[in-house]
This record gives sequence, C-alpha cells and structure tokens, in this order.
Amino acid sequence: MTAGSHRHLRIIAYVVGSLRRRWRKNVAVVLVYGFVIFTLASVVFLTQSLRREAVAALQGEPEIMVQQLRAGRHGLTSIGDVAALTRIVGVREALPRLWAYHTDPASGETLLLRADADSPPGDREVSAGAELLRRRGLAVGGVLRLQGQTGEPLDLTVSGVAETATPLESAALLRVSRAAFRALTGMPDGQATDLALRVRNRRELPTIAEKISQAMPSARPIIRDELVRTYASVFNWRSGVIIAALLVPILAFILFAWDKAAGLSPDERREIGILKAIGWETSDVILLKVYEAVAVSLAAFVLGTLLAVAALALPQPLTVLPALLGWSTLYPPFRPAVALGAYQVTTLFFLAVFPYLVATVIPAWRAATTDPDLVMRA
Amino acid sequence: MIELCDVTKVFNAGQPNEFTAVRGVSLTVNGQGCTALTGPSGSGKTTLLSLIGCMARPTSGRIVIEGDVISSLPERFLTEIRRRTFGFIFQQFNLIRGLSARENVMLPAYPTGAPLRHVRAEADRLLERLGLAAKAEVKVEWLSGGETQRVAIARALINNPTVIVADEPTAHLDTALSLDFMEIMRGLRGEGRTLIIASHDPLVYRSDVVNRVVGMRDGRVTEEEAGPR
Repeated sequence: MTAGSHRHLRIIAYVVGSLRRRWRKNVAVVLVYGFVIFTLASVVFLTQSLRREAVAALQGEPEIMVQQLRAGRHGLTSIGDVAALTRIVGVREALPRLWAYHTDPASGETLLLRADADSPPGDREVSAGAELLRRRGLAVGGVLRLQGQTGEPLDLTVSGVAETATPLESAALLRVSRAAFRALTGMPDGQATDLALRVRNRRELPTIAEKISQAMPSARPIIRDELVRTYASVFNWRSGVIIAALLVPILAFILFAWDKAAGLSPDERREIGILKAIGWETSDVILLKVYEAVAVSLAAFVLGTLLAVAALALPQPLTVLPALLGWSTLYPPFRPAVALGAYQVTTLFFLAVFPYLVATVIPAWRAATTDPDLVMRA
Repeated sequence: MIELCDVTKVFNAGQPNEFTAVRGVSLTVNGQGCTALTGPSGSGKTTLLSLIGCMARPTSGRIVIEGDVISSLPERFLTEIRRRTFGFIFQQFNLIRGLSARENVMLPAYPTGAPLRHVRAEADRLLERLGLAAKAEVKVEWLSGGETQRVAIARALINNPTVIVADEPTAHLDTALSLDFMEIMRGLRGEGRTLIIASHDPLVYRSDVVNRVVGMRDGRVTEEEAGPR
C-alpha cells in the first residue's frame, strides 16, 4: 500500500471517530436532511411513475384519434364519418370506439367503461381490471351492480378479468358489451366516443391529421405521440409546481445546514487549529471535512430515497400523489408502479450531496488556511 | 540552527485594533540546547514560539532553519517543515477530547502516510516511556493534569522531531509535576534535541536543564543570559 493510501485510510479512520464523537448533531442533520430528500424524491419518483404509467396506457391507443367538437368541447362522433375518413389517402382503417367515464354513485369512484369490438362480454356480463375486482371483493361469477343512465340498477355478472397495461387501468377498467355500454351511458345508436385510425406510414401522421382537419373542420385529430408529450408535460409541470412550493423548506434547510453544519463550532475550529498545529496540511483538513460531509449527506440521501421508494410502494402512498394527479380528478385508489430512473436518482444525489459539501467544506477551508496559532487563540 | 533576523509580527494590520506582538527580534538558537523565553504575560513569548515553529509567518524579517529561509515559504512547505522539525507542547495541552491517549499521540503521524502498525508501535513505545502504557486506551478527558501533559509530550515526539517547542508547559501543574516535566525535558535534551520553552515559571527558567535564558518585554528581547548550565 502506498503512503498516499495510508494517509487516506488514516483520515477516514479519523472521520469515523469524529462522526461518532458528534453523533447527536450528525444524526439530527441526517434526519432533517433525509426528510427534505424524502420529500423531493417522492415528487421526482412519483412524477416519473405517472409519466411511465401514462405512456404505457397510451401504447395501446391508435395512432390517430378523431373526435368531434361541439361548442368547443369533445362531443359524440357519428359512426357514419368512418366512410369519409377511410377515403383519405394513407388511412388504412377507421374504427368507432365506445368508451366513457362512469361515476359509480355507490362508491363515488370514476370508472373507465369500454365496449370493444373484439370478443366482447355478453350483454349482462362484464370483465373488469384485477385491482377493481379485488377492491370490490368480486370474483368471476360475482355480480357487479352499476347505475344506468336513467338511474335504474344494472346487474352485470363478472365473466372474466380484463387485461390491463397499467395499475390505473387495473383499478378502473370495465369491459362491457355495446348494448350494456349504451344502457349505462345513454349513448345513442350510430354514435361513438371517437374514431380510431390506423395509417399505412407513421411518417405521414401530421399530413393525414392536416387532411382530416381540412375534410372535417369540426373534427379534432389527436396524434398519439403528441398526447404522450402532453401527458409528460402536464406531469413535469405539476412536479415543477410542487418543487417550487418545496423551495421554502429546502431553502430553510440550506440556511440551517449553513448555520449548524457549516458554521464551525468553536470546538471544531479549535480542532482544526490543533490538527494544523501538529502538522496536518490544509488539504488534509479539507479532505477530512469532505469525507465527513459525504458521509452525512450520503446517509441523508440513502435514507430519503429509500423512504420515498417505501412510501410509494405502500398500498396508500403517503406522498404527494393527490397533488400530482390533480385535486379535481376522482380516480379510484391505485398504486403507481415505482419507477426509478438513473437520471432522477443522479439528480437527487447531486441535490443532496453537493450543497452540503459546499456548505461544510468552505468554512473548514477558511479555518484551515488561517495561521494555526490564530485559530487556536480564537 | 534557528536564526531570526529583525522579525516583527503585527496582528490585525491596518485595523483599529492593530497590535504588534513581536518587534524587530533577532535571535539565534543553536542545536542541542535548552533555551527559555521568559517575560510577563503579553511580552510576545507565545508569538515568538509560533514564528519559530512555523505556525505563523512574520510580518517582516527573516527566519532561517538549518540554512533555509522559511519565512517566505508557501503554507504547504511550512507545514511539512513544522511536521518534520518541530514537536509542540501547548499551554492548554490541546489534546482532542473524545479520542484516547494513543489516538491523540498518533495524530501528527496521520498525514505522513506511515503504516498504521508502525505509528501505533511508536505511540505505545512513547506512552510506555512516559509511564502511560496503562492509559493508552483511556479518553484524554479522563486523565489527570500530569497525565494529560505527558500525552501531549508523547504526541510532540511521535514524528521524531529535532526541536521541541513548549509554551508555558508548567502553567497548570503543581511543583512536583513541574519538576517531573523538567526531568522529561532533561531526557530529551540528552537525546540531542533542541528545546525552546516559553515560561515565566522560575522552576523552568532556573532549572539546570536550561542553558540559555532570553528575556522579553513588549515584544522585544530585553536581556540574554546563560542558564544554570
């Protein structure tokens, strides 16, 4: 082993002892800092989870959706528009889709109703997401009672578990027949929620969308990739708002860290003076403080990050989920899949370690560059 | 040999509380002897020791150690010289609380990169020599005044320095412990080390260990005399 390695090992050994000697202060800093990291990490991880959830949910969507606008809002589409759309060059297929949000008065939950053309359940049957069935305590063969458009109860027998792409779908999806769908929503025959288009060449999507707008001025073509980008922007924006709201406690902590951890106590100043006087170089003292700061901030980072992951994995997330989803949206309870991206973890790591390192090392450097006899007399 | 040429040290220069601690001191300390700096409080003894021991830089003048002018060296080189050449015994002992006697003794050797087992063996040897072998694991705040000072002496010796610098070493000791301290100094002098001790305690500067007494007042050298031996 080289002399340099021995020097580092000795300094690390000294750091371990030093952290142990001031364990109360260090534990307090780790707890407070860990809590700040936990809050930040919760926002970052949850945003990432929701973004992935949205993207996964949209993967099954058609390349272009065409909706009709009525009074500037999404209105029902006539199935007769299919013929006009398939005449547009580049469109391979146009299919009417029946889907709707259904508020269940019994539970207060907003569910997602879908009537697919492929292998639909019978008219008195329903296949539902696994999480929805679990929450309602239902199994195949059980009866799910919903309220029809005119207020009459509609009993549907659970015929199977619907395939779902995301935890949110699993918690909300009900697949029914077209007849049951119309009974539940009041949607008239010949109408659909929107039309799904498949195209021959994905590169022509913007052109086809433009042609649809020209041919049907009241229609709104929505390209799936644009929807994905919009969802990502919405969640980014919401997490940005929350992080902005968190700035105050974060700044408060930075002040706290600067005052307590960085502002050297007389004891620490004296210790640095002693180390300098007995032959430690400024670089040795700075190395000592760097190791100390890295140990403390790393502990806070690990603590905060693990707590955030644990909180996300809980059945009822203890975090900022409602704020990120939006208060006005009454989703059924669901647990987003924990998604940890390298970018997010790295960002958090630097947010955690770097400010503490600077706040700790700069005063130590100032103390260490003073003549040791001045430090000792102070 | 240590040589000071017209050395002045001013604190807080240019500020209302400017204070000149050492004024134009010229002094030569030859090797293998014991020099006592005496004088009342505030006479500049401690500052002069700091300057000699490379803990502070003079405002003006030159300090030469073994032929090398060190007063203008960058801090890094000054630290290296301080670690290699000097061992310090401070008035307040300045041990680090919470660490054991052995750990305190080993501290000056940490930046040298010497292997741990060598440093530990040397620390134990020094503690044993000073009668503290049984206290090696004891935290320094639990030691008596005399024991604390002997730990400070052991720490001063861990890098095997040629010069021992002691600032008011008997200020917190009773007569018996002060005499013990001077006996330890006698041993160190006998090993060929140079001793420079700042003290206004007659037990120190009238001891036969001291062979030269330098009087100070108001930052100046006022008198020099040969010691008892």
